[in-house]
Amino acid sequence: MITAERKPLAEIIDSIDGCRRIVLAGCNECVTVCAAGGRKEVAMLASALQMDFMKRGKTLEIHEMTLERQCDPEYVEQLAPFIDQVDAVVSMACGCGVQEVVRRFKSKRVYPAVNTKFMGASERPGVWAERCHGCGNCLLGLTGGICPIARCSKRLMNGPCGGSSKGHCEISNDVDCVWQLIWDRMKELGIEARYEDVIMAKDWSTERGGGPRKIVREDLQ
Amino acid sequence: MENFEPVIVAFCCHYCAYTAADMAGSMRLSYPANVKIVRVPCSGKVDSIHMMKALEKGADGVLVAGCLEGDCHFKSGNTKAAKRVTFVKKLLEEVGIESQRLAMVTMSAGMGTRFAQIAGEFTQAIRKLGPNPVCAGRGTCATAKVA
Ligand code: SF4
Ligand code: SF4
Repeated sequence: MITAERKPLAEIIDSIDGCRRIVLAGCNECVTVCAAGGRKEVAMLASALQMDFMKRGKTLEIHEMTLERQCDPEYVEQLAPFIDQVDAVVSMACGCGVQEVVRRFKSKRVYPAVNTKFMGASERPGVWAERCHGCGNCLLGLTGGICPIARCSKRLMNGPCGGSSKGHCEISNDVDCVWQLIWDRMKELGIEARYEDVIMAKDWSTERGGGPRKIVREDLQ
Repeated sequence: MENFEPVIVAFCCHYCAYTAADMAGSMRLSYPANVKIVRVPCSGKVDSIHMMKALEKGADGVLVAGCLEGDCHFKSGNTKAAKRVTFVKKLLEEVGIESQRLAMVTMSAGMGTRFAQIAGEFTQAIRKLGPNPVCAGRGTCATAKVA
């Protein structure tokens, strides 16, 4: 999933301070699962904003809406009936969702209420960790299914480095050395001989090196 | 301000605090009428949004009252509630509302005296804090204030 965290309240308030009416738009997908921008978080933020405005003797009308998917035009369209009645849209979706709202409603101010963080997985309740950088040419098949691009602090293709110690990365004892994880996993699978195969320098043009990316599927157009 | 009587919403777990409040009554212990009890099946049932809404709608203080540590009828509802209370307190600080307006307390069903004591002390603490700033800004309040 794409993970996110709510922005500091002061920053959100600052962006909408001149507004009288807003739509607060959550998303039912990733940001719901990582508890950053689903219906519940929309309600919490609405309540916090409401209290802040009332405390200062101001009023703010908030229309709470949580779209099925804010990165899909057909769901963004659901904002259309309300858009003329509000001064701005505050989006609790990831950066993709925010930009879809911007693309559809050209003359409306749209502000993000969350900081989009990374593509990750939920390790246990309340903990999400980075797993993939979307490099565009997945090499998990070579590394025992564990990604050194997203999970090695130095993005080493052939690790570990000299800083690996007792399974930890040199940057912190709280960070696993991914190359230790890769080695352990290969041993478990009985394919440790493959560890010696050198992974060649990566072509980063499939990642951000090639500029903004797009997927085009003619069969679906 | 001198006549300010706070309104306290107390979310009380059916298996402990609610019974304790009942017991306080049967023991003829008086506790402030400011405390409005909302019975819940477990303190873990009290969501962050319930605490926020109570304060947004004008309560001056909110108590979440659950079972003693290790005694939750549903195993861990009270520890979950305590974590949520901590989370909401942080959010309140961000909003600029005194986090002391929200508190988690624990007791057993037999602790009528403790319930009455907590109710008294919390009401007093909120009386000192003064009215919920949300009401002050709004000029009116959903809650009844003694004139
Ligand atoms: S190798 Fe690339 S695509 Fe595969 S998990 Fe790592 S970053 Fe993602
Ligand atoms: S210690 Fe491991 S994870 Fe950390 S930078 Fe070195 S190889 Fe990468």
